Amino acid sequence: MTSELDIFVGNTTLIDEDVYRLWLDGYSVNDAVALRVRSGILEQTGATAGVLQSDTMDHYRTFHMLERLLHAPPKLLHQLIFQIPPSRQALLIERYYTFDEAFVREVLGKKLSKGTKKDLDDISTKTGITLKSCRRQFDNFKRVFKVVEEMRGSLVDNIQQHFLLSDRLARDYAAIVFFANNRFETGKKKLQYLSFGDFAFCAELMIQNWTLGAVGEAPTDPDSQMDDMDVDLDKEFLQDLKELKVLVADKDLLDLHKSLVCTVLRGKLSVFSEMETNFKNLSRGLVNVAAKLTHNKDVRDLFVDLVEKFVEPCRSDHWPLSDVRLFLTQYSVSVHSLDGFRHQVLWDRYMGTLRGCLLRLYHD
Amino acid sequence: MPGKLKVKIVAGRHLPVMDRASDLTDAFVEVKFGNTTFKTDVYLKSLNPQWNSEWFKFEVDDEDLQDEPLQITVLDHDTYSANDAIGKVYIDIDPLLYSEAATVISGWFPIYDTIHGIRGEINVVVKVDLFNDLNRFRQSSCGVKFFCTTSIPKCYRAVVIHGFVEELVVNEDPEYQWIDRIRTPRASNEARQRLISLMSGELQRKIGLKVLEMRGNAVVGYLQCFDLEGESGLVVRAIGTACTLDKLSSPAAFLPACNSPSKEMKESPLVHPPSHGCRSTHNSPIHTATGSRLTQNFSVSVPTLIYTGTGSGSAGKEGGPLKALLRQQTQSALEQREFPFLTLTAFPPGLLVHVGGVVSARSVKLLDRIHNPAFVGIMGNTRSYKLLDWNSFNSDEPETRDAWWAEIRQEIKSHAKALGCHAVVGYSESTSICEEVCILSASGTAAVLNPRFLQEGTVEGSLEQRIEENLPVGCGFCHIPYDELNMPFPAHLTYCYNCRKQKVPDVLFTTIDLPTDAVVVGKGCLIQARLCRLKKKAQAEANATAISNLLPFMEYEVHTQLMNKLKLKGMNALFGLRIQITVGENMLMGLASATGVYLAALPTPGGIQIAGKTPNDGSYEQHISHMQKKINDTIAKNKELYEINPPEVSEEIIGSPIPEPRQRSRLLRSQSESSDEVTELDLSHGKKDAFVLEIDDADAMEDVHSLLTDVPPPSGFYSCNTEIMPGINNWTSEIQMFTSVRVVRLSSLNLTNQALNKNFNGLCENLLKSLYFKLRSMTPCCLCHVNFTVSLPEDELIQVTVTAVAITFDKNQALQTTKAHAEKSLQRASADNEEMLQFPLELCSDSLPSHAFPAAKAVTVEKASPMGDGNFRNRSAPPCASSTVGVVKMTPLSFIPGAKITKYLGIINMFFIRETTSLREEGGVSGFLHAFIAEVFAMVRAHVAALGGNAVVSYIMKQCVFMENPSKNQAQCLINVSGDAVVFVRESDLEVMSAQQPAVNCQPSCTGEVTT
Repeated sequence: MTSELDIFVGNTTLIDEDVYRLWLDGYSVNDAVALRVRSGILEQTGATAGVLQSDTMDHYRTFHMLERLLHAPPKLLHQLIFQIPPSRQALLIERYYTFDEAFVREVLGKKLSKGTKKDLDDISTKTGITLKSCRRQFDNFKRVFKVVEEMRGSLVDNIQQHFLLSDRLARDYAAIVFFANNRFETGKKKLQYLSFGDFAFCAELMIQNWTLGAVGEAPTDPDSQMDDMDVDLDKEFLQDLKELKVLVADKDLLDLHKSLVCTVLRGKLSVFSEMETNFKNLSRGLVNVAAKLTHNKDVRDLFVDLVEKFVEPCRSDHWPLSDVRLFLTQYSVSVHSLDGFRHQVLWDRYMGTLRGCLLRLYHD
Repeated sequence: MPGKLKVKIVAGRHLPVMDRASDLTDAFVEVKFGNTTFKTDVYLKSLNPQWNSEWFKFEVDDEDLQDEPLQITVLDHDTYSANDAIGKVYIDIDPLLYSEAATVISGWFPIYDTIHGIRGEINVVVKVDLFNDLNRFRQSSCGVKFFCTTSIPKCYRAVVIHGFVEELVVNEDPEYQWIDRIRTPRASNEARQRLISLMSGELQRKIGLKVLEMRGNAVVGYLQCFDLEGESGLVVRAIGTACTLDKLSSPAAFLPACNSPSKEMKESPLVHPPSHGCRSTHNSPIHTATGSRLTQNFSVSVPTLIYTGTGSGSAGKEGGPLKALLRQQTQSALEQREFPFLTLTAFPPGLLVHVGGVVSARSVKLLDRIHNPAFVGIMGNTRSYKLLDWNSFNSDEPETRDAWWAEIRQEIKSHAKALGCHAVVGYSESTSICEEVCILSASGTAAVLNPRFLQEGTVEGSLEQRIEENLPVGCGFCHIPYDELNMPFPAHLTYCYNCRKQKVPDVLFTTIDLPTDAVVVGKGCLIQARLCRLKKKAQAEANATAISNLLPFMEYEVHTQLMNKLKLKGMNALFGLRIQITVGENMLMGLASATGVYLAALPTPGGIQIAGKTPNDGSYEQHISHMQKKINDTIAKNKELYEINPPEVSEEIIGSPIPEPRQRSRLLRSQSESSDEVTELDLSHGKKDAFVLEIDDADAMEDVHSLLTDVPPPSGFYSCNTEIMPGINNWTSEIQMFTSVRVVRLSSLNLTNQALNKNFNGLCENLLKSLYFKLRSMTPCCLCHVNFTVSLPEDELIQVTVTAVAITFDKNQALQTTKAHAEKSLQRASADNEEMLQFPLELCSDSLPSHAFPAAKAVTVEKASPMGDGNFRNRSAPPCASSTVGVVKMTPLSFIPGAKITKYLGIINMFFIRETTSLREEGGVSGFLHAFIAEVFAMVRAHVAALGGNAVVSYIMKQCVFMENPSKNQAQCLINVSGDAVVFVRESDLEVMSAQQPAVNCQPSCTGEVTT
């Protein structure tokens, strides 16, 4: 006796959270059944393996049918086929768009293209995440990217509106979209110690301060073609950053800056002498990063540069984080006292964000 | 020009992409009613078109309004080629035709295509302006209300229950062979859907006419079925119970004061002025009308129960003269070809006097190949199977389907008569068709009814009083209606264990719900008998003969299994019994489902004794005794599980007049079967006066084993196939209706009856286990109205479809209230005689809460019980799901726990066909059917929501015909569902509302709430 057909349809669609997780994790029905058996569910409920198999199949089928709707979450809310309580709908969506830390670190900043998709096999092998799950996560990134890429207005709001994600998750997606769009390099070996959270934190600061949307709610010319308000960096701002070069190019200015910083920090830093000797190198590093941002290639290497030029030197001298904080604060503030320097606003826009990023990036 | 139908097409959403180039759609809509079609403008390049059309107006006869569905077709405009259909919506406008139901249909409807399923949604507004039509000879029956619910609907009161109505319509099936077809599958599916929609509209209208003739205004327990007879045609038939209903205007309908019988009696003449003033039905105009119909029409007509007031209220009091009288009356009824049948399964208090037992009849017919399409389905040779006496007659006379059914009903009636009953309640009819053989089945419960409800204008205080007096509380229906000295079958009678005055049988089988006032010990449980019988493949008459020969044995075995299982559970009565016999090419399947209970009025059931045939073999003896022990253990365990501990003390106190030792009880076949058969069949058992299972061969051994393999549901679960579970009162508001379908393929190699039985048993048991597992998060809960349907779509394929509803309950409080209730009723039972004589009216209003609203028992009982307040608060605590926008509840029950139905919006009766030629791509057969059933639910919900409702009650999936052809990558499925669209309000909300504005009628505020 073999089962040809075996279905269960409830007026309210039954969602089993555990099975949903297994499905999202990309397990086949048989693997899922095996995992459920291992969880001890048979003993708890007195069910048989056959019952479990049938139940798992049912849920998988339901999820498969729901998947189409999950691709456009507002559809899930308005569709009539599955009657699902709102709290469950939210859970389905949230879980569907949740991604693995290990996976996102692999694709963060990469172009969300077919080429990358082909590499998913390797990512799957490397991370131990099933290929199916990798595909779902990748497709989610790409789908969100495609939808919000050309949209005006706040990136996070757009994502929330079109994908009905929680605030937390929408922010993460904003970071992913922002990174993918600007193609920041995150995969280099020296960046491996950074978590997705670190990058997401930086992304948020950069979106808030360095993009067109950051200049103000109303762009100077409302009719201009500034479509990608939150996704693209403010080109004008990047151009202007060249002006900061004077801080290191003008020897007097550099010396003055150094003496201002050293005066204030003397006795306050445990690594004062190291700071004093390294000041010019560090300052050059930070200012040169700014000056180079006109080139796309250098934008991509922003994090590599920051780690190379600032994080690594400090770390090799064993700066404690509190000293880094004091130094960066003083380093930014002191510029205001440089009489010959005219780009105070620009400096603050640059350094304010960079300071936040560097502090976040500065850890082991 | 009696009516104007107005339709407005507002907008569409989520339409499919029809133009690949632009990824968009140029959609427009055709609105068709009858032969008139309107079109909207084309809305270019959008998947969410906003048509905002004008009002399309159709001026039509109300006859057409009843018959025709409104047909809305969404198309994609194409300049160069034919327009592509996106899909259709059929809207039944019947609910708009009666004043109390919906006034407007407005909402989002899924656009359905028989090949692609649901493709987007369309927003439509429909209104009807009806002009008063004074034409007496009109063909329409607008205004007659239809209810699927098999009890008096919650916000109505039955003034008169007129009786049985039936009708059938026959037509050619537009697609009698789906595999080889000439037109496109879509076209033939749509033709079929439309035809069935038309036919059911027509059928409903005709039934409505009959109701009007009987002076009724409603049909309750309306059951409409399709017989897909294949090449010989398509039959749509319906049965129901004609009633005159009166809307209860008070929102506080639960308050006993409003419903006291005395008031009722005063009100009824006002509501229905008895203009003719007849008390005798023989003179009533209804009767003559019926008669005249008969002469003109082939359809068998409808009786008013002939049951005059001449019984002068002594119904049930004492046997002899009354019973003779009844028989006389039944006799006269017979002569007038009336069928005193009710499709109701629950009754207004006082209607049901006695229950005789189950009566059933089956008949095997040959569907004839029709050569002339004009006579499709009307002609046919017959092979008539009448239980044991199989009489075949080679008649060349054309016989209609009507005549077939008339014959069966006649038989049912005579069975009822043999049981001393003049009526049949809980009546239903069904068919099973395989190729050209058709088994017609009918079954019901023979009963004696109180005439008070069955005719107009019987208002007599004294009668009223006496009836109350003569109805012992909670046990009256168990008392035998037949003559003790002239019993229709050998039965074992004892004095009622409740009142000690009347005789009761030792076991009672019925097709109705447990009467609300019945005193039950412990809880009930679902009991199923399952059986397969192999049959040789044969053609035509040989096939019919083979089936006819098998049927009695099947019935016998099903019955034996039921009896054994009942005893094994330690129970003594079955309610809601439904025996389904399904015919396939090479086998017959029997599936009986019922809810077992322990009725306090009936004697304790005896155990089961096993006897071996070879007493000399020592080890064999040992084995037997081992089995015996196992059986006894099971009985003991079940008694504990279902809390069956009858108060045995009472026996000594009252002093039973017939204290018989009852370790063993006698098999009482005849309760559940027609008397004709019984007298003959019983011979096989006749010599034994105890219930003994003889193990003389492997088969019998297998039977005993199978008895013991039924596993009880896991803890926290109960199941029953009746409306509510006896012994559980405290329902919480969470409900989950579901449909589960399984198809298994039997390995064709040397199938034996035994292997088949085992497979079938396993299939059903596994299905139940799966349900318990799936619903485990709802525990403690009860699966109510568990409805199994078996079909044999092909050789070696068995399909089982289950629909049921899981309802959660509060375990702790359930226990308390049960106890309280039981105590209360016991007290009442012992004290009632005295009280009744002294304060008849007072008692009426006092005892009424427990059975004023049969299915809402939980509510009323709690209110009456001392813990009422506490329970009530607690029950309203769970979050109110109805507040969420757009939620539509579906349930096979006639009520919604924790809620009050405030309005019935009309009947939902929908028929869908879905077909695919890309089965694999849609996830195989399971994926295909899963999606289809989900779509059907969605369409039902959308229609209910558009009517302004928030639930479907008495929902039933009447047909789910699934056919597959995997090698061609094809499958097709037909589904027919029905139910009553209602508006309900949570009791917790109701409380708040009444607290705020106590004087306000809840009607407007309720509807307002729902539309939000």
